[in-house]
Amino acid sequence: MPKAINKKDKNSKTVSINNLSHYYGIDENKKQVLNNVNFFIEKGELVLLKGPSGCGKTTLLTLIGALRTCQSGDLTVLNNQLNGASRKTRQKLRRNIGMIFQGHNLLRCLTAEQNVQMGADLITNLTYLQRREVARKWLSAVGLEDHHKKLPNGLSGGQKQRVAIARALSANPKLLLADEPTSALDSVTGREIVSLLRKLAKEQNCSVLMVTHDPRISDMADRILNMEDGKIFNALSELR
Amino acid sequence: MINFSFIKFRKIPLAWLLLTRQPLRLIVAIAGISFAGILMFMQLGFRDGLFDTSVTIHKLLDADLVLISPRSKSSISMSGFPKRRLIQTLALEDVEKTAPVNLTYLLWRNPENLKTRSILTLGFNPSDSLLLDDGFSRKADKLKNPGRVLFDKLSRPEFGPIEDWFLSEKKVETEVAGIRVLVEGLVELGPSFGADGNLITSRETYLRLFPANPKGSIEIGLVKLRSGSNPILVSEILNKSLPNDVRVLTKDQFIEFEKNYWKNSTAIGFIFSLGALMGFVVGCVVVYQILYSDVTDHLPEYATLLAMGYRLKTLFFVVAREGFLLALFGYLPAYFSGQILYSIVRNSTKLPIVMDANKTILIFILILVMCMGSAGIAMRKLVDADPAEIF
Repeated sequence: MPKAINKKDKNSKTVSINNLSHYYGIDENKKQVLNNVNFFIEKGELVLLKGPSGCGKTTLLTLIGALRTCQSGDLTVLNNQLNGASRKTRQKLRRNIGMIFQGHNLLRCLTAEQNVQMGADLITNLTYLQRREVARKWLSAVGLEDHHKKLPNGLSGGQKQRVAIARALSANPKLLLADEPTSALDSVTGREIVSLLRKLAKEQNCSVLMVTHDPRISDMADRILNMEDGKIFNALSELR
Repeated sequence: MINFSFIKFRKIPLAWLLLTRQPLRLIVAIAGISFAGILMFMQLGFRDGLFDTSVTIHKLLDADLVLISPRSKSSISMSGFPKRRLIQTLALEDVEKTAPVNLTYLLWRNPENLKTRSILTLGFNPSDSLLLDDGFSRKADKLKNPGRVLFDKLSRPEFGPIEDWFLSEKKVETEVAGIRVLVEGLVELGPSFGADGNLITSRETYLRLFPANPKGSIEIGLVKLRSGSNPILVSEILNKSLPNDVRVLTKDQFIEFEKNYWKNSTAIGFIFSLGALMGFVVGCVVVYQILYSDVTDHLPEYATLLAMGYRLKTLFFVVAREGFLLALFGYLPAYFSGQILYSIVRNSTKLPIVMDANKTILIFILILVMCMGSAGIAMRKLVDADPAEIF
C-alpha cells in the first residue's frame, strides 16, 4: 500500500505518511506509541480515525498538526516534510491547518465573533473590517449570526462547538483536524455538527481528519481508519 | 499610508480584553501597582524635600560668592574662619561688597509654655544685604537696636504662636540662650531637616547671645560681584590667592555643597532611596503575581492560539501590552494620590515637597520597568504552553 501512494502524484495528497513511528520517554522508559503507520488523506476527503483510547490517535493527530516533533519515518503535510522541519516551518504550516478540540477551547474573554476573527486574523493582506466580514460570514455559515456578540459563557455546548468550527475554517485551512468534536454533545447535536462540518469542508475542498469514538457518525465519513496499539488496520477500506 | 497600515495591522485588542474580563481582579491589580507608586512618590518626595529644604536659606542669600571654612561640612556643622579673609577679597576689582555672617544653633524659649528648643540663628550687619527678599532691608533696620530679632514665621509651631502674637500687636518677648530678646519682625524662610526654625539678628546681638564666638571669626562670608563678572572665574582666582583657611564657592556650588552633605554623608538620603527601592520591589512582586496568575489562567487559550498558527512572539506582545496597560492604569491613581499626600505633608510639616517633572517622569518609568519586567518573567510561563497538550 505505501507503494501505491508513492506511485501517485504527491501533490494530490493532503497528508501522506510512510513508516511513521513515535516514542515517548527515554532509555528504559521508552514506549512506542506509533508503530510503522502508513496512510494518506486525499484532497477534500473526510477521514475518520477510530480506536480504543491510548492507541495513539491523539499522538498521530498532533504529529500531523505540526504540534510535535516527528521522530522517525516520513510525514508530509500539505507538501511539507515534517521530519526534521524547523519550528518556523511548523508554525507556518499550522496556519493552514484548522483545529477543532474536544473542549471547544474558545477564548473566554472574546465574543463569538471575535473568537472567529482570531482565526480570520491569520489571513494576511486583509483589513480589519474585511477580516471581520470573514468572521461574520463564517458565523452565519454555522448558523450563529444572531449570537455574534455573546461570550462563550452564554452559549450552549453545541453553539460553542459551532463557533470553534467557524474559527477553524475562517483561516482558509486546507486540512482540518478534529479531536472528538462530538464527545461533549448529545447525539442529535453531534450529528448536526459533523454534517455541518462535512458540508462546509466539502465546499472549501478542505480535507478532514476526525478522531472519534462516536459510532453514530460513521456513515458520514469517506473512509474509516481503525487504529490499535499504534498500528492502522484496513487503511484503505472504502465505506461507500 | 499610516492610516492604511493601521487598518491592516489592526487586531482584536486581546490584551485589553484579557485584562478586563475579570474587573475585580483588574481593580486589585491596579490598587497594588498604585500602592507601590504612592510608596515611591512619598519616599522620593521626602528625599527631594529634604535636599530642597536643606538649602532654603542658601537659595535666599544675596550673594554671588560664598566664603566658608574648609572644615565646614554643612549648615548644621559650620566652622568659623577669620573675618579678614572676607575683607581681603575686596582687593579684587570685581568684588563690589561683602557681608560677614555668623551662624549657629541657639536655644529658643517658647514664650507660651516656656520650653526650649534649638533654633538656627543668623547674625549679620543690619546695613548689609543678607537676603534677596525685597522688604527685608526695611525689617533689617529695626535690628540696629540691640536685643532685637526677626523670627521665621514658617518655623515649626513648637517655637510658640509667635506669628499670631506678633500680628495681634502683642509684644513678643522671650529668651534666646538665656538672654532676653524682642521679636521685631517676621521673615519667611522655612524649616529644614537640620533646623526646625530660623532666627535672624544683628551681629552685635548675636555676639551677646553667643559670647563664646571667637573674636573676628565668622561662619559665612557673602561676596557680591559687580555686574558682568564671572563668578566661577573670580572664585578660582580667590581660591588661589587666599590662604587655605578659607574656601570660596559660587552660590550654586554652596547649594550643591549643602545638598551633597545630606545626600552622601548622612543616613537620611540613603534611607529614603532605600524606601523608594522597597516600594519598587513590592510593586514588582504584586505585578508579577498578577501577570503570572493571568498567564497561568489563560495557558490553554494561549496554547490554542499557538496551535492555530500564532507565533510565540505574538503572545509575548500580548503579555507585554498587558504589562503596559497595567503600568498606565496603576500610575494615574498613584500620581493623583501623590499630589494629595504631598499637599497634606506640606501643610503639616511645612517641608517643600512638590510634584516636579523629575519625579513624575522617574516614577512613571519605574512603574513601567516594574510592569514590563514582571511581564517578561511571567512570559517564561508561556513557553510551557505546549499546544500538543490541549488535545
